[in-house]
Amino acid sequence: MTGPPEETHDVVLHVNGAAHAVTVPGRRLLSDALRHDCGLTGTHVGCEHGVCGACTVLVDGRPVRSCLVLAVSAQDAEITTVEGLAASDGSLSPVQQAFSDCHGLQCGFCTPGFLTTITAGLRDNPDPTEDEAREMVAGNLCRCTGYQNIVKAVMEAARS
Amino acid sequence: MKPAPFRYRRPASLEEALTLLAGEPGAKVLAGGQSLVPLLNMRLASPETLVDLGGVPGLDTISVDEGGVRVGAMVRHADLLADAAVGAAQPLIPLALSHVAHATIRNLGTTVGSIVHADAAAEMPAVLCLLGGSVEATSVRGTRTVPASQLYAGPLESTLAADEVATSAWFPALGAGEGVGFAEIARRHGDYAMVGVAAHVAPDAVRLGYLSVDDTPTVVDVTGREPEAAEVALAHLDPADDIHATADYRAHLVRVLTGRVLAAAKEMARDRTA
Repeated sequence: MTGPPEETHDVVLHVNGAAHAVTVPGRRLLSDALRHDCGLTGTHVGCEHGVCGACTVLVDGRPVRSCLVLAVSAQDAEITTVEGLAASDGSLSPVQQAFSDCHGLQCGFCTPGFLTTITAGLRDNPDPTEDEAREMVAGNLCRCTGYQNIVKAVMEAARS
Repeated sequence: MKPAPFRYRRPASLEEALTLLAGEPGAKVLAGGQSLVPLLNMRLASPETLVDLGGVPGLDTISVDEGGVRVGAMVRHADLLADAAVGAAQPLIPLALSHVAHATIRNLGTTVGSIVHADAAAEMPAVLCLLGGSVEATSVRGTRTVPASQLYAGPLESTLAADEVATSAWFPALGAGEGVGFAEIARRHGDYAMVGVAAHVAPDAVRLGYLSVDDTPTVVDVTGREPEAAEVALAHLDPADDIHATADYRAHLVRVLTGRVLAAAKEMARDRTA
């Protein structure tokens, strides 16, 4: 390939309380910037067009698809990835503990997106009905569990 | 599944954004990105320049008065849905917004962006058309108000010029004695609807809006013909086969949902008359 080098942008991403100064082209997706430029490979990349939910992270506390955000446009935001959910001593968050206790994961590929989505979902609705728990995770795909144990984990995390 | 290269520009004012768009015919406006970024990732769109409105102040305001609801270009679906004053002024807005994609998408996706993206399967273009709302479009050449009835040229094609920014959309308020209803059928809540129907019942007019049935949002006036409303509507619609539903099934859903939303809208109209 020839042609002029691609224009890049110097961006500071604020992830899990730490500042990451990165240099990225405009087209760098936030999901790729987190994984490649920040080294935070807990965020998983599935479909890359906003359908599967595996890459969900929290931007200013709200769950968003990191594959549908350009890294350059996220420079003013506070980003929380799955690595930012556990306590600083490594103990699991209530949602992570509930996934472990309820067998809410099998292969684990989709799990980071579920954990971030449910963390924000329970903050907004701490006492969901089972229907609300199901709707909370309706935008995330899991090909292993059949969702039953994920819904159980949401209810269990809400109790704890 | 990575976008083709583009120049990224993040103007700090609307004037700067309009100047950029005027100077670059291959530029595209980026708002919430929940429709555009998937198209970039799949390389169905490869604009030379993206003009991100995220840094432009003043575009994220919602204003409500007795006339209606004005929604700025950067207002996210989630914030519009959560605004109680919006729902009180025009109940069809939250009724339909709760069906717009999944909550995660609504957190970034903008209502005005969805309206000008002009997807015939989207809820808010049909709502804007049914209510007789409008979009304010601004360019270096000036500002104009585009009625919803003149906004859609075809599938994924609005009548806005490439250098225009839709700075806001306006939805009329619901009047006394009027009612609205909304229903759609999707395989999973939050997925694209196979058919969606909105109804607006006023003392002197009954109108229906359809999404995901035809190439553009379609509004049908059924005043005085409510008993055969679905058949009247189907005479204006051309349901198509795709992988999600057959044309026959879509026509069936038009019949079923039309009855449901008309009944709901009439009940609301009765409640608002008393």
